[in-house]
Amino acid sequence: MSLLEGQAMFGGYGAADILQDCTIAIDRGEVVVVVGPNGAGKSTAMKALFGMLDLRKGSVFFNGDEITSMLPQERVRLGMGFVPQNSNVFTSMTVEENLEMGAFIRRDDYSESIAQVFRLFPALEEKRSQPAGELSGGQRQQVAVGRALMTNPAVLMLDEPTAGVSPIVMDELFDRILEVAKTGIAVMMVEQNARQALEIADRGYVLVQGQNRYSDTGAALLADKNVRKAFLGG
Amino acid sequence: MTERLRNSLLFAGMAALLVAVGVFQSANLALAILNLCLISAIMALGVNIQWGYAGLFNAGVMGFTALGGLAAVIISVPPVTEAWVAGGLRAVSGLVLGVLTIALGILTWKKLSLGKTARGWTSALIIVTGVIAMRWVVDPAVEAIEAVEPAKTGFLGGFGLPIMFAWMAGGALAALAAWAIGKISLGLRSDYLAIATLGISEIIIYVLKNEDWLARGVKNVNGLPRPVPYEIELQATLWVQNLASRLDINLIELSSIIVKLCYAGLFVVVLALIYWLSERALRSPWGRMMRAIRDNETAAGAMGKNVTSRHLQVFILGSAVIGIAGAMLTTLDGIFTPSTYQPLRFTFLVWVMVIVGGSGNNLGSILGGFVIWFFWIEAEPLGLGLINFFTSSMAEDSALRIHLLQNAAYTRYITMGVVLLLVLRFSPRGLIPERNR
Amino acid sequence: MIDILNALALLANFVIVPALAYGSQLALGALGVTMIYAVLRFSNFAHGETMSFGAMISVLSTWGLQEAGITIGSLPTALLALPISIVATVCVCLLSDRLIYRYYRTQKAAPVTYLIISVGVLFILSGVIRFIIGPKDQIFADGQRFILKARAFKEMTGLDQGLAIKTTQGVTVITAVVIVALLFWFLNQTRTGKSMRAYSDNEELALLSGINPARVVMITWIITGALAAIAGTLYGLDKGYKPFTYLGLVLPIFSAAIVGGVGNPVGAIFGGFVIAFSEMLLTFAYKRVIAYLTPGEWVPDGLMQLLATDYKLAVSFVILVIVLLIKPTGMFSGKTL
Repeated sequence: MSLLEGQAMFGGYGAADILQDCTIAIDRGEVVVVVGPNGAGKSTAMKALFGMLDLRKGSVFFNGDEITSMLPQERVRLGMGFVPQNSNVFTSMTVEENLEMGAFIRRDDYSESIAQVFRLFPALEEKRSQPAGELSGGQRQQVAVGRALMTNPAVLMLDEPTAGVSPIVMDELFDRILEVAKTGIAVMMVEQNARQALEIADRGYVLVQGQNRYSDTGAALLADKNVRKAFLGG
Repeated sequence: MTERLRNSLLFAGMAALLVAVGVFQSANLALAILNLCLISAIMALGVNIQWGYAGLFNAGVMGFTALGGLAAVIISVPPVTEAWVAGGLRAVSGLVLGVLTIALGILTWKKLSLGKTARGWTSALIIVTGVIAMRWVVDPAVEAIEAVEPAKTGFLGGFGLPIMFAWMAGGALAALAAWAIGKISLGLRSDYLAIATLGISEIIIYVLKNEDWLARGVKNVNGLPRPVPYEIELQATLWVQNLASRLDINLIELSSIIVKLCYAGLFVVVLALIYWLSERALRSPWGRMMRAIRDNETAAGAMGKNVTSRHLQVFILGSAVIGIAGAMLTTLDGIFTPSTYQPLRFTFLVWVMVIVGGSGNNLGSILGGFVIWFFWIEAEPLGLGLINFFTSSMAEDSALRIHLLQNAAYTRYITMGVVLLLVLRFSPRGLIPERNR
Repeated sequence: MIDILNALALLANFVIVPALAYGSQLALGALGVTMIYAVLRFSNFAHGETMSFGAMISVLSTWGLQEAGITIGSLPTALLALPISIVATVCVCLLSDRLIYRYYRTQKAAPVTYLIISVGVLFILSGVIRFIIGPKDQIFADGQRFILKARAFKEMTGLDQGLAIKTTQGVTVITAVVIVALLFWFLNQTRTGKSMRAYSDNEELALLSGINPARVVMITWIITGALAAIAGTLYGLDKGYKPFTYLGLVLPIFSAAIVGGVGNPVGAIFGGFVIAFSEMLLTFAYKRVIAYLTPGEWVPDGLMQLLATDYKLAVSFVILVIVLLIKPTGMFSGKTL
């Protein structure tokens, strides 16, 4: 059994289902990337895993327990962390307060976790008392990831973390995400930059129209001629 | 049950209630309630045009009603010649000066090619100077006008025209105020309109209370001319006397019933006309577009509809209808008393009418106006009766009982709040829901 | 020199001191409005009546305490009654949320729906208040009337102009300072306070951080109720308790909140004082000040009053309009705690 698994998920926001029989799973210590064309339901699939939309059919398991009808805030307590694509920081609060809010559910001393985040993202430490809304795009993403890490999640889910940041910042962010994965946290990412993302991924899913089209190791997908032609621009 | 049958039953039930009042209390009372029901229905139609068609929250119904009342005074009262001689010209030119000042200030702000700060200060300077100049012109005039027989007049009077003209003038005056307030607060967040209208209505009442030269302030203008015959005249008429003896009722009572029936006739005509016009507007392409905007402002805006200017139109129209109702109300009362305008009675009660009746449905608003006004009036004796009943075991001179009986009238506020909340919760579409077309 | 001091004393007596007290009352009221806006995202038209309810409980408790012979010397007994009033008002707020507002949160209703609901609450509260205490004025300020009497000030300074500070004014300002300090400490230093700010800043992300919205909403109502009870009591203490005036207070309070930027507590306080000082400065008759500052023959005939006192309310409206025209988001662009 995987750590987190969504089985044969159907669902969407309105009458029409965006997800049409979509299955995604992730194991401990893995980096899993979900790619696909625009409107394929990548973000929807991730939100479905997190309980941010109601599934019409299918189920979600965490550590072998069914969590299909659990509220997102309860999944946070189970050990799932989520970084949304947009508005993923508390803009009016300082960097440090953002991290504290990430640790809201923890009753123990979390100062070590804060120190860890600052070790991971040294640029944030000197800006710790600046409002997160005043930071650059890349640093905001760092705060967003840092906030999600504060709960000590078993699995960290990132919705297009590199949207709108420069290539240099993107590379750095991917490096950091790999570092996070090395500490044993499972990382799941939805990405537009499919090639770079698959390069760092253990496994990848290619979704088309809400359905699994290909799933394999990152390297295998990169090598697959069909995948390259259809989704990676040749 | 078809929709038509259901609606007919609802209105029939309402009519039965009024008849019951006529039978068990008195015909005069029933007609008095009916007349105010009719006016309330028109007010509710006005609010429904704004809320039901376009989703605008107008918290200033009271102000527009009062402007209608002011129009009744200005149109119908004969001019006070001595007051005009004493300071009429000066007062009018002062007012013109004030309007010019504001226009110039806005023009400066909009058109002058300066930085934002510089423009701001320039127009502020223009307005402040203008206001001081206006005060310098107006103040002596006001003093002179108010000194003319203050016990009887002390104001400029009006045009001495038949009071029915005031119904249109009231609409126009309210429309003008609505234009100004809409220009400022439409296009911003929806609750800003609510707060701005709440503010303007309070200020209108303050002006009416304090500017004695305009409509005598809290000294009230009474004895407004009527569009219908006076009771005394009727009592002197032969056919009325004959009718009274044939029906075997008191002549005085009969005359007052006839007067009320005349008013009711006039009001029914106005109500029917406004209802017909609003229904036509609602079914026209304009009305469809309004509802499209209400249901999805962003999409309508994206399709190139100028949402703000459409909202301005509908806001002005609705306010004009409210102004007409306000003028009719003052006509019916025959007296203009600024101090009776209370937001709960004149703004929020009308809102209860619209919500309970069914927002978006004109027929619903009319029914809401009838039902809510009826219960607003009848809740008082009902509440008193209930308290009397529940406290009947207490001693006659128990302080608590006396206190409860004294304040029983206020139970109707509680009733209205509860009714509003219950309808919103359990039947948010109201008594006669909006039709989907 | 003496003349300048006299002019200053005159201004202090008729403008600065009253405006400080009134501004504090408005600021506390606007804070309540702004908290509800920041967390529940609607304009609470019933806030004025909530304040009135708090004031009424204070009046009744004060009478009870006086009856029982419990007073605090020279200070108004209402200060002792305040905790009772806070508890009662908080209960009303929580009850209204539980019975009325909560349902619409689960429905994800539009802000304007909440506005109409608050009108319903407004009706019920004003009915309840008038039913319990009646529509008439009630004066419940007791204790010593003045902290500083005009004559004492004259003797102290040798000036012609007196400066009087009423006990209620002093109590108002001091209470407001304490309350505001407590509130800011709570919002900025405590875990719960920060979670409220987080929720107000970004609801979705707050959920993703495991913040319980029901708890945030409950605490917001508790704070709002307490603020309303305090603001209402202080206002009633200072000006006499008149049930019908509180509906009229809604306008200056909303203006204050919008001037500062709705949803922003610093803005609400700032806005409260802007409104209060503008009202006082624009409706003050400057004749005697000018008399002190200029040679005798320059003294004008008129009162040198920019606006009749009756138009106080118009001042807050005009300020509101200016803000709406120039910067609708307010001075401290709002929407966050």
